[in-house]
Amino acid sequence: MKRSTIDLWVGIFVAIGIASVIFLSLKVANLTPQSNEQTYALTADFDNIGGLKVKAPVKSAGVLVGRVSNIQLDAKTYQAKVTLAINKQYQFSKDASAEILTAGILGEQYVGLTEGGDPDTLQPGDKISLTSSAMVLEQLIGKFMTNFAEKGSNDSSSGHADKTAPQQ
Amino acid sequence: MFNTLASPFRKLGELTINAVWRLGFATRFLGAILMYSGQSLMRLQMTIREVYFAGVLSLIIIVVSGLFVGMVLGLQGYNTLSRFGSADALGALVALSLLRELGPVLAALLFASRSGSAMTAEIGLMKATEQLDAMRVMAVNPIARVVAPRFWAGVISMPVLAALFNVMGVFGGYLIGVVMIGLDAGTFWSQMQANVDLHSDVINGLIKSLVFGIAVTLIAVFEGYDATPTASGVSSATTRTVVTSALVILALDFVLTAFMF
Repeated sequence: MKRSTIDLWVGIFVAIGIASVIFLSLKVANLTPQSNEQTYALTADFDNIGGLKVKAPVKSAGVLVGRVSNIQLDAKTYQAKVTLAINKQYQFSKDASAEILTAGILGEQYVGLTEGGDPDTLQPGDKISLTSSAMVLEQLIGKFMTNFAEKGSNDSSSGHADKTAPQQ
Repeated sequence: MFNTLASPFRKLGELTINAVWRLGFATRFLGAILMYSGQSLMRLQMTIREVYFAGVLSLIIIVVSGLFVGMVLGLQGYNTLSRFGSADALGALVALSLLRELGPVLAALLFASRSGSAMTAEIGLMKATEQLDAMRVMAVNPIARVVAPRFWAGVISMPVLAALFNVMGVFGGYLIGVVMIGLDAGTFWSQMQANVDLHSDVINGLIKSLVFGIAVTLIAVFEGYDATPTASGVSSATTRTVVTSALVILALDFVLTAFMF
Protein backbone atom coordinates (compact mmCIF):
# COMPACT_ATOMS: atom_id res chain seq x y z
CA MET A 1 0.00 0.00 0.00
CA LYS A 2 1.44 3.34 -1.03
CA ARG A 3 1.42 6.39 1.18
CA SER A 4 -0.21 9.38 -0.46
CA THR A 5 -0.52 13.08 0.29
CA ILE A 6 -4.15 12.51 1.30
CA ASP A 7 -2.90 10.38 4.19
CA LEU A 8 -0.74 13.26 5.34
CA TRP A 9 -3.65 15.69 5.25
CA VAL A 10 -5.96 13.30 7.08
CA GLY A 11 -3.18 12.75 9.63
CA ILE A 12 -2.91 16.50 10.17
CA PHE A 13 -6.71 16.69 10.42
CA VAL A 14 -6.94 14.00 13.10
CA ALA A 15 -3.98 15.54 14.96
CA ILE A 16 -5.79 18.91 14.97
CA GLY A 17 -8.86 17.19 16.39
CA ILE A 18 -6.92 15.49 19.18
CA ALA A 19 -5.05 18.72 19.96
CA SER A 20 -8.38 20.60 20.14
CA VAL A 21 -9.87 18.12 22.58
CA ILE A 22 -6.73 18.24 24.74
CA PHE A 23 -6.80 22.05 24.68
CA LEU A 24 -10.48 22.08 25.66
CA SER A 25 -9.96 19.65 28.54
CA LEU A 26 -6.75 21.15 29.91
CA LYS A 27 -7.01 24.87 29.25
CA VAL A 28 -10.78 25.46 29.15
CA ALA A 29 -12.09 22.86 31.61
CA ASN A 30 -8.90 22.89 33.72
CA LEU A 31 -8.77 19.14 34.09
CA THR A 32 -6.64 18.21 37.07
CA PRO A 33 -6.09 14.60 38.04
CA GLN A 34 -8.22 14.77 41.14
CA SER A 35 -10.18 11.70 42.13
CA ASN A 36 -12.59 11.10 44.98
CA GLU A 37 -9.93 9.38 47.06
CA GLN A 38 -8.17 12.66 47.70
CA THR A 39 -11.11 14.24 49.50
CA TYR A 40 -12.88 13.51 52.76
CA ALA A 41 -16.43 14.34 53.75
CA LEU A 42 -17.61 16.74 56.45
CA THR A 43 -21.21 17.67 57.16
CA ALA A 44 -22.74 20.88 58.42
CA ASP A 45 -26.35 21.74 59.31
CA PHE A 46 -27.65 25.14 58.29
CA ASP A 47 -30.97 26.80 59.11
CA ASN A 48 -31.10 28.29 55.63
CA ILE A 49 -28.74 27.66 52.74
CA GLY A 50 -30.14 30.40 50.48
CA GLY A 51 -29.09 29.64 46.91
CA LEU A 52 -26.26 27.22 47.70
CA LYS A 53 -25.90 24.51 45.06
CA VAL A 54 -24.15 21.18 44.80
CA LYS A 55 -20.59 21.67 43.45
CA ALA A 56 -20.39 25.16 44.98
CA PRO A 57 -16.88 25.95 46.20
CA VAL A 58 -15.77 25.60 49.83
CA LYS A 59 -13.23 28.25 50.70
CA SER A 60 -11.08 28.98 53.69
CA ALA A 61 -9.45 32.41 53.80
CA GLY A 62 -10.53 32.74 50.17
CA VAL A 63 -8.63 29.63 49.07
CA LEU A 64 -10.56 26.80 47.42
CA VAL A 65 -10.31 23.77 49.72
CA GLY A 66 -13.19 21.63 48.49
CA ARG A 67 -16.68 21.48 47.01
CA VAL A 68 -20.23 20.95 48.22
CA SER A 69 -21.02 17.34 47.35
CA ASN A 70 -24.57 16.90 48.63
CA ILE A 71 -27.46 18.93 50.05
CA GLN A 72 -30.41 17.33 51.85
CA LEU A 73 -33.19 18.38 54.17
CA ASP A 74 -32.93 16.69 57.56
CA ALA A 75 -36.40 15.16 58.07
CA LYS A 76 -36.26 15.55 61.88
CA THR A 77 -34.76 18.97 62.50
CA TYR A 78 -35.85 20.55 59.21
CA GLN A 79 -32.38 21.92 58.74
CA ALA A 80 -30.38 21.70 55.54
CA LYS A 81 -27.70 19.03 55.81
CA VAL A 82 -24.79 20.01 53.58
CA THR A 83 -22.01 17.52 52.83
CA LEU A 84 -18.65 19.03 51.96
CA ALA A 85 -15.87 17.19 50.11
CA ILE A 86 -12.63 18.69 51.46
CA ASN A 87 -9.18 18.09 49.97
CA LYS A 88 -7.15 15.62 52.06
CA GLN A 89 -4.27 18.06 52.38
CA TYR A 90 -6.36 20.47 54.48
CA GLN A 91 -7.27 19.62 58.09
CA PHE A 92 -9.58 21.72 60.25
CA SER A 93 -9.92 21.80 64.04
CA LYS A 94 -12.99 20.46 65.86
CA ASP A 95 -14.35 23.95 66.56
CA ALA A 96 -14.00 25.23 63.00
CA SER A 97 -17.04 27.17 61.83
CA ALA A 98 -18.87 27.17 58.50
CA GLU A 99 -20.89 29.99 57.02
CA ILE A 100 -22.58 30.58 53.72
CA LEU A 101 -21.21 33.62 51.94
CA THR A 102 -21.87 35.34 48.65
CA ALA A 103 -19.20 36.32 46.15
CA GLY A 104 -20.05 39.92 45.32
CA ILE A 105 -23.59 41.23 45.61
CA LEU A 106 -25.16 39.02 42.95
CA GLY A 107 -22.43 36.39 42.78
CA GLU A 108 -22.60 32.69 43.49
CA GLN A 109 -22.87 31.44 47.05
CA TYR A 110 -20.10 29.41 48.64
CA VAL A 111 -19.27 27.88 52.01
CA GLY A 112 -16.62 29.68 54.04
CA LEU A 113 -14.68 27.68 56.65
CA THR A 114 -12.96 29.46 59.52
CA GLU A 115 -10.34 27.59 61.52
CA GLY A 116 -10.84 27.35 65.29
CA GLY A 117 -8.38 26.83 68.13
CA ASP A 118 -8.99 23.21 69.14
CA PRO A 119 -5.87 21.00 68.67
CA ASP A 120 -8.03 18.01 67.63
CA THR A 121 -8.89 17.92 63.94
CA LEU A 122 -12.17 17.01 62.29
CA GLN A 123 -12.19 13.43 61.10
CA PRO A 124 -13.91 12.25 57.88
CA GLY A 125 -17.69 12.16 58.42
CA ASP A 126 -17.63 14.61 61.34
CA LYS A 127 -20.13 17.41 61.71
CA ILE A 128 -19.20 21.07 61.86
CA SER A 129 -21.33 22.33 64.73
CA LEU A 130 -20.75 26.08 64.45
CA THR A 131 -22.65 27.30 61.42
CA SER A 132 -24.27 30.50 60.29
CA SER A 133 -26.87 30.60 57.58
CA ALA A 134 -27.03 32.37 54.29
CA MET A 135 -27.92 36.01 54.22
CA VAL A 136 -31.28 36.20 52.49
CA LEU A 137 -31.71 39.58 50.91
CA GLU A 138 -35.48 39.71 51.44
CA GLN A 139 -35.17 39.02 55.18
CA LEU A 140 -32.42 41.60 55.46
CA ILE A 141 -34.53 44.24 53.72
CA GLY A 142 -37.48 43.22 55.90
CA LYS A 143 -35.47 43.76 59.09
CA PHE A 144 -34.13 47.05 57.81
CA MET A 145 -37.62 48.26 56.95
CA THR A 146 -38.98 47.33 60.42
CA ASN A 147 -36.10 49.11 62.15
CA PHE A 148 -36.57 52.08 59.91
CA ALA A 149 -40.32 52.22 60.60
CA GLU A 150 -39.80 51.94 64.39
CA LYS A 151 -37.20 54.66 64.34
CA GLY A 152 -39.48 56.86 62.24
CA SER A 153 -42.41 56.46 64.65
CA ASN A 154 -40.15 57.19 67.64
CA ASP A 155 -38.87 60.38 66.08
CA SER A 156 -42.36 61.62 65.30
CA SER A 157 -43.64 61.01 68.85
CA SER A 158 -42.14 64.31 70.13
CA GLY A 159 -38.68 63.10 71.09
CA HIS A 160 -39.85 60.50 73.58
CA ALA A 161 -37.00 58.24 72.52
CA ASP A 162 -34.47 61.04 72.81
CA LYS A 163 -35.30 61.62 76.45
CA THR A 164 -35.18 57.98 77.42
CA ALA A 165 -32.03 57.17 75.51
CA PRO A 166 -29.49 59.05 77.69
CA GLN A 167 -30.97 57.56 80.85
CA GLN A 168 -30.29 54.02 79.74
CA MET B 1 -67.24 16.39 -7.65
CA PHE B 2 -66.21 13.60 -5.30
CA ASN B 3 -62.75 13.52 -6.82
CA THR B 4 -62.09 17.24 -6.29
CA LEU B 5 -63.19 16.94 -2.64
CA ALA B 6 -61.20 13.83 -1.95
CA SER B 7 -57.98 14.79 -3.72
CA PRO B 8 -56.45 16.85 -0.86
CA PHE B 9 -57.02 13.93 1.52
CA ARG B 10 -55.57 11.51 -1.00
CA LYS B 11 -52.54 13.75 -1.36
CA LEU B 12 -52.15 13.93 2.44
CA GLY B 13 -52.36 10.17 2.76
CA GLU B 14 -49.86 9.71 -0.05
CA LEU B 15 -47.42 12.11 1.60
CA THR B 16 -47.77 10.37 4.98
CA ILE B 17 -47.32 6.90 3.56
CA ASN B 18 -44.33 8.12 1.56
CA ALA B 19 -42.70 9.70 4.63
CA VAL B 20 -43.17 6.57 6.73
CA TRP B 21 -41.92 4.43 3.85
CA ARG B 22 -38.77 6.53 3.54
CA LEU B 23 -38.23 6.43 7.31
CA GLY B 24 -38.37 2.64 7.26
CA PHE B 25 -36.06 2.45 4.27
CA ALA B 26 -33.61 4.83 5.95
CA THR B 27 -33.55 2.60 9.05
CA ARG B 28 -32.92 -0.52 6.93
CA PHE B 29 -30.29 1.48 5.05
CA LEU B 30 -28.48 2.30 8.31
CA GLY B 31 -28.56 -1.40 9.18
CA ALA B 32 -27.08 -2.27 5.78
CA ILE B 33 -24.33 0.36 6.20
CA LEU B 34 -23.39 -1.04 9.60
CA MET B 35 -23.47 -4.59 8.23
CA TYR B 36 -21.19 -3.85 5.27
CA SER B 37 -18.95 -1.33 7.01
CA GLY B 38 -16.63 -4.15 8.06
CA GLN B 39 -15.47 -4.43 4.44
CA SER B 40 -14.93 -0.72 4.04
CA LEU B 41 -13.02 -0.42 7.32
CA MET B 42 -10.78 -3.30 6.22
CA ARG B 43 -9.82 -1.22 3.19
CA LEU B 44 -9.14 1.88 5.26
CA GLN B 45 -7.75 3.82 2.29
CA MET B 46 -11.26 4.45 0.96
CA THR B 47 -12.47 5.88 4.26
CA ILE B 48 -9.34 8.03 4.62
CA ARG B 49 -9.95 9.44 1.14
CA GLU B 50 -13.49 10.40 2.13
CA VAL B 51 -12.28 11.92 5.43
CA TYR B 52 -10.08 14.13 3.25
CA PHE B 53 -13.03 15.33 1.14
CA ALA B 54 -15.53 15.63 3.98
CA GLY B 55 -13.32 16.78 6.84
CA VAL B 56 -10.02 18.26 5.71
CA LEU B 57 -11.58 20.41 3.01
CA SER B 58 -14.09 21.79 5.56
CA LEU B 59 -11.28 23.05 7.81
CA ILE B 60 -11.20 26.55 6.33
CA ILE B 61 -14.92 27.25 6.71
CA ILE B 62 -14.92 25.82 10.26
CA VAL B 63 -11.87 27.82 11.36
CA VAL B 64 -13.14 31.11 9.92
CA SER B 65 -16.72 30.74 11.18
CA GLY B 66 -15.55 29.58 14.61
CA LEU B 67 -13.33 32.61 14.92
CA PHE B 68 -16.11 35.00 13.94
CA VAL B 69 -18.72 33.35 16.18
CA GLY B 70 -16.29 33.63 19.10
CA MET B 71 -15.60 37.27 18.33
CA VAL B 72 -19.31 38.10 18.11
CA LEU B 73 -19.90 36.29 21.41
CA GLY B 74 -17.09 38.33 22.92
CA LEU B 75 -18.54 41.64 21.75
CA GLN B 76 -22.17 40.90 22.58
CA GLY B 77 -21.32 39.22 25.87
CA TYR B 78 -19.15 42.13 26.94
CA ASN B 79 -21.86 44.67 26.10
CA THR B 80 -24.45 42.82 28.16
CA LEU B 81 -22.24 41.68 31.03
CA SER B 82 -20.65 45.09 31.57
CA ARG B 83 -24.16 46.46 32.11
CA PHE B 84 -24.35 44.29 35.23
CA GLY B 85 -20.76 44.97 36.20
CA SER B 86 -19.72 41.37 35.65
CA ALA B 87 -17.60 41.63 32.53
CA ASP B 88 -15.15 39.28 34.26
CA ALA B 89 -17.49 36.39 33.50
CA LEU B 90 -16.93 36.86 29.75
CA GLY B 91 -14.58 33.87 29.52
CA ALA B 92 -17.11 31.57 31.15
CA LEU B 93 -19.91 32.90 28.92
CA VAL B 94 -17.96 32.38 25.70
CA ALA B 95 -16.68 28.92 26.63
CA LEU B 96 -19.98 27.59 27.98
CA SER B 97 -22.12 28.79 25.09
CA LEU B 98 -19.64 27.39 22.57
CA LEU B 99 -19.04 24.04 24.24
CA ARG B 100 -22.64 23.32 25.07
CA GLU B 101 -24.58 24.64 22.10
CA LEU B 102 -23.00 26.77 19.43
CA GLY B 103 -19.95 24.64 18.68
CA PRO B 104 -21.68 21.34 17.95
CA VAL B 105 -24.78 22.88 16.33
CA LEU B 106 -23.10 25.43 14.06
CA ALA B 107 -20.32 23.04 13.07
CA ALA B 108 -22.97 20.44 12.19
CA LEU B 109 -24.99 22.96 10.15
CA LEU B 110 -21.87 24.03 8.26
CA PHE B 111 -20.85 20.40 7.79
CA ALA B 112 -24.30 19.53 6.43
CA SER B 113 -24.23 22.31 3.88
CA ARG B 114 -20.56 21.92 2.94
CA SER B 115 -19.99 18.13 2.97
CA GLY B 116 -23.44 16.58 3.32
CA SER B 117 -24.75 18.21 0.16
CA ALA B 118 -21.59 17.16 -1.71
CA MET B 119 -22.08 13.55 -0.61
CA THR B 120 -25.71 13.55 -1.73
CA ALA B 121 -24.86 15.07 -5.10
CA GLU B 122 -22.00 12.63 -5.67
CA ILE B 123 -23.98 9.49 -4.80
CA GLY B 124 -27.08 10.78 -6.60
CA LEU B 125 -25.09 11.45 -9.75
CA MET B 126 -23.48 8.00 -9.52
CA LYS B 127 -26.97 6.58 -9.42
CA ALA B 128 -28.18 8.78 -12.30
CA THR B 129 -25.21 7.74 -14.50
CA GLU B 130 -25.81 4.09 -13.57
CA GLN B 131 -22.41 3.67 -11.89
CA LEU B 132 -24.06 2.00 -8.90
CA ASP B 133 -25.77 -0.49 -11.23
CA ALA B 134 -22.46 -1.11 -12.98
CA MET B 135 -20.89 -1.96 -9.62
CA ARG B 136 -23.69 -4.37 -8.87
CA VAL B 137 -23.09 -6.05 -12.23
CA MET B 138 -19.43 -6.48 -11.24
CA ALA B 139 -20.57 -8.06 -7.95
CA VAL B 140 -19.32 -5.04 -6.00
CA ASN B 141 -21.74 -4.00 -3.30
CA PRO B 142 -22.30 -0.23 -3.75
CA ILE B 143 -23.25 0.18 -0.08
CA ALA B 144 -19.92 -1.30 1.01
CA ARG B 145 -17.91 0.44 -1.70
CA VAL B 146 -19.55 3.89 -1.94
CA VAL B 147 -21.88 4.54 0.98
CA ALA B 148 -20.16 3.05 4.05
CA PRO B 149 -16.78 4.85 3.61
CA ARG B 150 -18.60 8.19 3.30
CA PHE B 151 -20.74 7.44 6.34
CA TRP B 152 -17.74 6.64 8.53
CA ALA B 153 -15.80 9.61 7.18
CA GLY B 154 -18.64 11.89 8.28
CA VAL B 155 -18.93 10.25 11.69
CA ILE B 156 -15.17 10.65 12.25
CA SER B 157 -14.94 14.19 10.90
CA MET B 158 -17.81 15.78 12.79
CA PRO B 159 -16.41 15.65 16.38
CA VAL B 160 -13.01 16.82 15.12
CA LEU B 161 -14.57 19.79 13.33
CA ALA B 162 -16.77 20.67 16.34
CA ALA B 163 -13.79 20.57 18.71
CA LEU B 164 -11.81 22.78 16.35
CA PHE B 165 -14.78 25.15 16.08
CA ASN B 166 -14.86 25.43 19.89
CA VAL B 167 -11.14 26.13 20.11
CA MET B 168 -11.34 28.82 17.43
CA GLY B 169 -14.39 30.34 19.14
CA VAL B 170 -12.63 30.52 22.50
CA PHE B 171 -9.66 32.08 20.72
CA GLY B 172 -11.96 34.62 19.04
CA GLY B 173 -13.53 35.49 22.40
CA TYR B 174 -10.03 35.90 23.83
CA LEU B 175 -9.05 38.20 20.95
CA ILE B 176 -12.02 40.49 21.56
CA GLY B 177 -12.17 40.29 25.36
CA VAL B 178 -8.49 40.44 26.27
CA VAL B 179 -6.63 41.83 23.27
CA MET B 180 -9.18 44.38 22.04
CA ILE B 181 -11.27 45.38 25.08
CA GLY B 182 -8.46 44.84 27.55
CA LEU B 183 -9.95 42.55 30.20
CA ASP B 184 -7.43 40.81 32.40
CA ALA B 185 -6.16 37.63 30.74
CA GLY B 186 -5.84 35.78 34.06
CA THR B 187 -9.44 36.53 35.04
CA PHE B 188 -10.66 35.53 31.59
CA TRP B 189 -9.08 32.07 31.80
CA SER B 190 -9.70 31.44 35.49
CA GLN B 191 -13.41 32.34 35.22
CA MET B 192 -13.60 29.96 32.27
CA GLN B 193 -11.80 27.18 34.11
CA ALA B 194 -13.86 27.63 37.26
CA ASN B 195 -17.16 27.31 35.40
CA VAL B 196 -16.44 24.73 32.69
CA ASP B 197 -16.68 21.12 33.73
CA LEU B 198 -14.87 18.42 31.76
CA HIS B 199 -17.65 15.88 31.88
CA SER B 200 -20.81 17.95 31.72
CA ASP B 201 -19.56 20.49 29.18
CA VAL B 202 -16.65 19.20 27.10
CA ILE B 203 -17.61 15.51 26.89
CA ASN B 204 -21.33 16.21 26.44
CA GLY B 205 -20.51 18.64 23.63
CA LEU B 206 -18.45 15.96 21.92
CA ILE B 207 -21.26 13.41 22.33
CA LYS B 208 -23.62 15.93 20.74
CA SER B 209 -21.33 16.45 17.78
CA LEU B 210 -20.94 12.69 17.33
CA VAL B 211 -24.73 12.24 17.28
CA PHE B 212 -25.06 15.12 14.79
CA GLY B 213 -22.33 13.54 12.66
CA ILE B 214 -24.21 10.24 12.50
CA ALA B 215 -27.52 11.99 11.71
CA VAL B 216 -26.18 14.38 9.07
CA THR B 217 -24.12 11.79 7.23
CA LEU B 218 -26.90 9.22 7.29
CA ILE B 219 -29.32 11.77 5.83
CA ALA B 220 -26.77 12.78 3.19
CA VAL B 221 -25.93 9.29 1.95
CA PHE B 222 -29.55 8.16 2.20
CA GLU B 223 -30.86 11.10 0.15
CA GLY B 224 -28.17 10.43 -2.46
CA TYR B 225 -28.96 6.72 -2.62
CA ASP B 226 -32.71 7.35 -2.69
CA ALA B 227 -32.56 10.20 -5.23
CA THR B 228 -34.62 10.06 -8.42
CA PRO B 229 -31.94 9.29 -11.04
CA THR B 230 -32.48 12.47 -13.07
CA ALA B 231 -30.82 15.88 -13.05
CA SER B 232 -33.74 17.48 -11.23
CA GLY B 233 -33.99 14.49 -8.87
CA VAL B 234 -30.37 14.91 -7.77
CA SER B 235 -30.85 18.65 -7.33
CA SER B 236 -33.94 18.23 -5.16
CA ALA B 237 -32.23 15.47 -3.17
CA THR B 238 -29.35 17.87 -2.42
CA THR B 239 -31.81 20.52 -1.26
CA ARG B 240 -33.63 17.95 0.90
CA THR B 241 -30.33 16.93 2.51
CA VAL B 242 -29.58 20.45 3.69
CA VAL B 243 -33.13 21.19 4.85
CA THR B 244 -33.68 17.86 6.60
CA SER B 245 -30.24 17.95 8.21
CA ALA B 246 -30.81 21.44 9.60
CA LEU B 247 -34.19 20.47 11.07
CA VAL B 248 -32.90 17.17 12.47
CA ILE B 249 -29.83 18.86 14.01
CA LEU B 250 -31.95 21.48 15.78
CA ALA B 251 -34.53 18.94 16.96
CA LEU B 252 -31.87 16.48 18.16
CA ASP B 253 -30.08 19.34 19.90
CA PHE B 254 -33.20 20.09 21.90
CA VAL B 255 -33.66 16.43 22.85
CA LEU B 256 -30.00 15.96 23.79
CA THR B 257 -29.91 19.18 25.80
CA ALA B 258 -33.02 18.13 27.69
CA PHE B 259 -31.33 14.83 28.55
CA MET B 260 -27.88 16.19 29.35
CA PHE B 261 -28.19 19.44 31.26
